Amino acid sequence: MPEKNVTGAEILIRSLEAEGVEFVFGHPGGAVIQIYDEMHRLQPKFEHILVRHEQGGTHAAEGYAKATGKVGTVLVTSGPGATNTVTGIADAFMDSIPLVVLTGQVPTKLIGNDAFQECDIIGVTRSITKHSFLVRDVRELASTIKKAYHIARTGRPGPVVVDLPKDVIAARAPFEWPERISLRGYSTITRGEQGQVEKAARMMRQAERPLLYVGGGTIISNATDALTRLARKTQIPVTTTLHGLGSFPEDDPLSVGMLGMHGTWYANQAVQNCDLLIAVGARFDDRVTGKIDAWAPHAKIIHIDVDPACISKNVPADCPILGDVGHVLAQLEPLVEFRNRADWLTQIEAWKAECPLEYVHDGALRPQHIIQELRRKTGGHAVVVTDVGQNQMWSAQYFTYAEPRSHITSGGLGTMGFSLPAAMGAAFGLRKAAENAAENAVPVISINGDGGFLMNMQELGVAAAHKLPLKIVVLNNSYLGMVRQWQELFHDERYSHTHLAPTNPDFVQLAEAFNCVGLRCTRPDDVTATIDAAWEVTDRPVLMEFQVITEEMVFPMVPAGAATDEMITQRFNPEEFA
Amino acid sequence: MTTATHPSASAPSLTPQQLFRKQAAGEGLSPDEPDAAHRHVIVVTMENTIGALNRVANLFSARGFSLESVSVGIAEGQTARMTLVTTGNDRIIGQVLQQLNNLVDTLHVDDVTDEAFVERELCLVKVAATPAERSALMGVVDIFRGNVVNITPDSMTFEVTGPPTKINAFIGMMREYDVREVARSGRVAMRRQLVFETQS
Repeated sequence: MPEKNVTGAEILIRSLEAEGVEFVFGHPGGAVIQIYDEMHRLQPKFEHILVRHEQGGTHAAEGYAKATGKVGTVLVTSGPGATNTVTGIADAFMDSIPLVVLTGQVPTKLIGNDAFQECDIIGVTRSITKHSFLVRDVRELASTIKKAYHIARTGRPGPVVVDLPKDVIAARAPFEWPERISLRGYSTITRGEQGQVEKAARMMRQAERPLLYVGGGTIISNATDALTRLARKTQIPVTTTLHGLGSFPEDDPLSVGMLGMHGTWYANQAVQNCDLLIAVGARFDDRVTGKIDAWAPHAKIIHIDVDPACISKNVPADCPILGDVGHVLAQLEPLVEFRNRADWLTQIEAWKAECPLEYVHDGALRPQHIIQELRRKTGGHAVVVTDVGQNQMWSAQYFTYAEPRSHITSGGLGTMGFSLPAAMGAAFGLRKAAENAAENAVPVISINGDGGFLMNMQELGVAAAHKLPLKIVVLNNSYLGMVRQWQELFHDERYSHTHLAPTNPDFVQLAEAFNCVGLRCTRPDDVTATIDAAWEVTDRPVLMEFQVITEEMVFPMVPAGAATDEMITQRFNPEEFA
Repeated sequence: MTTATHPSASAPSLTPQQLFRKQAAGEGLSPDEPDAAHRHVIVVTMENTIGALNRVANLFSARGFSLESVSVGIAEGQTARMTLVTTGNDRIIGQVLQQLNNLVDTLHVDDVTDEAFVERELCLVKVAATPAERSALMGVVDIFRGNVVNITPDSMTFEVTGPPTKINAFIGMMREYDVREVARSGRVAMRRQLVFETQS
């Protein structure tokens, strides 16, 4: 029989426990003070992490979700607390990250009254959420929480906002965790249609120059082993998107690395010359395709995706397969066979040799060298969380990812300030998982530029307070580097408002002020020693500032609006350095 | 019926895939090219929750789809039924249907455009009318099988129901007089056939 009446706040806490929530990234305020009061009284099973800014909270929840595959949880107050989560919600929406964002709201009778700290957060976030709920009755609270987590987690994952008016939190009702919920308008597809799968297998058998184009959906669906087996069995080479990094080992001969605007030249060559493109959990983003009507001109297209709205959105699929990537790959595997593709693979090897990823070795401190040293130090057993801009692209190009969930970034929205809080969230999740499995957590490396790092640096305090051994890299080139690169290439070197050096802080002092360790490196010869020293620190975050040269640019590059085979591969004529 | 396009220099012998990519790249099609934009009537059945209409309207603005008319009413079994009129080529309409389906509150989406369907719109027209003009006005209204719903010493208000073409024609006739106010409901539509869940 129903238990005694408890407050909405307690129902919320019990519901989060019932959902198996491990961490709540939150910040208290007037509208949610009763939830925090009950948290104090009940000592719930989940751990509440007090972030220093709500945006940091949402990115931390994203990092947690990306690293663990679980749903990230955020709890904030009404008004500014809620609006501060908007960037993180939009980021999670673009990158299909499961989040539940619990926002306080003014009492029901004051909604629409311009009350203190009131904001129609449901309205504000409508176009950047998978779904949202305003809880109007405390008796619907538990089932709403269950629905929110179900929607966030299933199908194509995404953020769900639950708005909690203060009077609903204060009202009393019995706590009953529903065994089942009814969402009659919501269904998710898992298996691919068998006829389509058989057609795809036929196309794969017949193709002379097939290519697997793999996106983040493969990692979300935990299908990376199935993908690797399929690629090796069929001898089909693999290119990945930014979010697909780690879904297939990049040191495998079948890997052609990342494609798109800053992908490898040879990956884009493979796309432009393939006769079959098998898109697996990817969405044909404009940063991948460049000029869309010149992209993959010779290819038939198989598109496997869980979101029906993604299929044939940008490029028409000759063989669309709607379904969960893991299920569809499992259906495909028995239908395909080994085929010798020596000609095609030899051609790809020739392209790799013709234009490999490379940079100048002239004694200047260049970011690519630092990324490669981090790879050498960790052997690839690390989680790399990047910010946005040049640091993100160098990290994508030079780390050589080999494991799923080893690369976390803000791809769709491109949110500067993402890396530090997301790395923090990932580190919490991985530390918990390692404790449960009684093993050591893999290191979490946060890679930043000097511009983006300042956008959420307040979370250093949180990471230090919880003794997270984050390895924070700041590639300091004194500029908003990616904008500077575009200004140099396309705007006649007019560096309008991209120079940061006059006001950049002393990053080492900054780290020390937050009770972290700060290290500085200015010469290539010191990179290894700096990284080694950073790895000695295990009880707090360590920030490594690398003063890299300003002029370095990310190459190769497809200029905006150009076809992907019109890449700029080198800034300098190599003969100048001969 | 078609969106405005700039003259295209390319020959109309595009393959379907080239055509699709051209659209995806945001290039307009000339009206005589295949797959130019057409008007579609879409019937959406949703959970009758607060904000369901907002989600639909928001989807159209956020995704850049055109929305010409919406009518909403409560239907059977705690549902809201919306009739939407939108314009686009096959690719756009395909996206509209998929995105509508993706809304958690959506129960059913039906593009009835290419099926046999009935559509109706209701229109109220208020006309300034002296007693001497009344009989002439009544003659016009009778032809359209409309009704007088209100009369005052200096005005008359008429109600006409029918497909939008009939409503347009009626309003056109009323423009001969001193029209003061026009209110149109937007269309509601329904398939003529009894359909069982044919949607995949």
